[in-house]
Amino acid sequence: MQTMPASLLPDTTIINTNARISYVLYLADNALILGHRNSEWCGHGPALEQDIALSNIALDLLGQARHLYQYAAELYNQLNPSAPVTEDHLAYLRDVRDFRNCLLAEQPNGHWGQTVLRQFFFSCWQYYFYQQLQHSNDTQLQAIAIKSLKEVTYHLRWSSEWVIRLGDGTAESKTRMQQAAADLWPYTHELFQPAAFEQEAVSAGYGVTPGSIEKDCLGRIQHIFSEATLSVPVTQPGLHSGGKTGVHTEHLGFILAEMQFLQRAYPGSEW
Amino acid sequence: METVEITCPDQVFLDKLDRELKIEPKDWMPEPYRQTLIRQISQHAHSEIVGMLPEGNWITRAPSLKRKAILLAKVQDEAGHGLYLYAAAETLGISREKMYQQLHNGKAKYSSIFNYPTLSWADIGAIGWLVDGAAIMNQVPLCRNSYGPYARAMVRICKEESFHQRQGFEILLTLSRGTPQQRAMAQDAVNRWWWPSMMMFGPPDASSPHTQQSMRWKIKRFTNDELRQKFVDICAEQATILGFSLPDPLLKWNATTGHFDFGPINWDEFNQVINGNGPCNKERLDARRKAWDDGEWVREAAEAHAAKQKTKAAAA
Ligand SMILES: [Fe+2]
Ligand SMILES: [Fe+2]
Repeated sequence: MQTMPASLLPDTTIINTNARISYVLYLADNALILGHRNSEWCGHGPALEQDIALSNIALDLLGQARHLYQYAAELYNQLNPSAPVTEDHLAYLRDVRDFRNCLLAEQPNGHWGQTVLRQFFFSCWQYYFYQQLQHSNDTQLQAIAIKSLKEVTYHLRWSSEWVIRLGDGTAESKTRMQQAAADLWPYTHELFQPAAFEQEAVSAGYGVTPGSIEKDCLGRIQHIFSEATLSVPVTQPGLHSGGKTGVHTEHLGFILAEMQFLQRAYPGSEW
Repeated sequence: METVEITCPDQVFLDKLDRELKIEPKDWMPEPYRQTLIRQISQHAHSEIVGMLPEGNWITRAPSLKRKAILLAKVQDEAGHGLYLYAAAETLGISREKMYQQLHNGKAKYSSIFNYPTLSWADIGAIGWLVDGAAIMNQVPLCRNSYGPYARAMVRICKEESFHQRQGFEILLTLSRGTPQQRAMAQDAVNRWWWPSMMMFGPPDASSPHTQQSMRWKIKRFTNDELRQKFVDICAEQATILGFSLPDPLLKWNATTGHFDFGPINWDEFNQVINGNGPCNKERLDARRKAWDDGEWVREAAEAHAAKQKTKAAAA
């Protein structure tokens, strides 16, 4: 019987007790899971041009995730050189409770309007977040932020245009968008609530204070929503949070089951 | 007495073909030439976008981040190919919407290869190697076809297809060096994709009635059988490098002809698949129709918004 080499599974204790690795993985998981969701659209978009555009965003997010996982692996391997991991160990061999992505990223695609709105909320957060992260005292994070910001600026513009188009379009599209906003809005709050590893990241000078970008994000959302003739839902931060500490919605388990299938079924193989 | 030279448009057209000049959208062309091109280019465009489905299947299950990125970029390339080709067909006076309609109601065909299922990760390798490989074989000569917009689209497409073929080969090569399970997975994929790939060149010359006309019009440069033979010769060699066998007991080097001999193709299966009875015909068409129907409110909203913007701009 073939047994899985012990070195394959990343040691979650090392990750959980190291704020910097946790922080980098939080950002990596966000990008991977949303990129994965967007990639589900490939071949099924409402028009070829949009199919291509969304795949582009998925590819950008996947690229960001890879840079971040590679950096996380580097940090991890410094602490645990005897059983080194790669980007793939971190993406494919951690379970639901170890993923730190925000709940917004893992929400199902739904219809095109839900997907573009999810992208808009996320890109809006990423845009202000990476602007701040450019001033990180961690040179790797700084470099990733600078590179990603160019891409995210485009994602934000693209998704803003779609929110406006669909909000302002027809009565049907407006109704659909207002409903999508109501469904997704509760998941936005958690992005601005600090997890313990974020607080450590801020005090050490390499992280962004989550609450510090909330006002800018909200302002941008209000501006785009008003152009879209949509109203911004009003909800209090509630129980739609927990992603950063690995308490997810039920959706993530299915994403991982699909995404990690080959790595889990054929452990230790090269692909 | 003076002789008046009357040049009829048909002569100008044929003369251009003979001199290897391109026919452009505004040029006069015989109606059957136009119809043949519309049929062929739209069929080609449909194949690109239906072809996204069997491989798109594996984007969410790709085994590494790198493979995921490569596969997503590849399937996205195919969407781009569809776009170039629909645009080329539109220059002949048919709209993209009309072409979609013909695809959705079953009037237009697409390559029968995409009606087979992708069952394992190795299928992504086999498709890249064999299906993109066969596509290149068919498409490289099309870069020199007589209709300008089609030829130019094909030049862009062929560049990307050769990447796809190399990526597929590389997936299989990695699997061939992997575990016994991975090697078995890859051999199984090659076994399943070989014959359908051979059918991609179309019926044998003897039963391909349009070939002569298409060659006269310089849309086609080689016959189906010529291209198929080229494909077999290349794949037989590459299979050896990969260490996989091709599922044809009659495949054998023939020193006299300087080519590989190969066994008979099951044309009955080909006709079945073409006529809608392939393993995935229904799934593929359903997926395309669903994407189109689900996108209707989106396209309507986008149009409505654009119209409002226009009115606003006019009023300003
Ligand atoms: Fe293609
Ligand atoms: Fe291709």
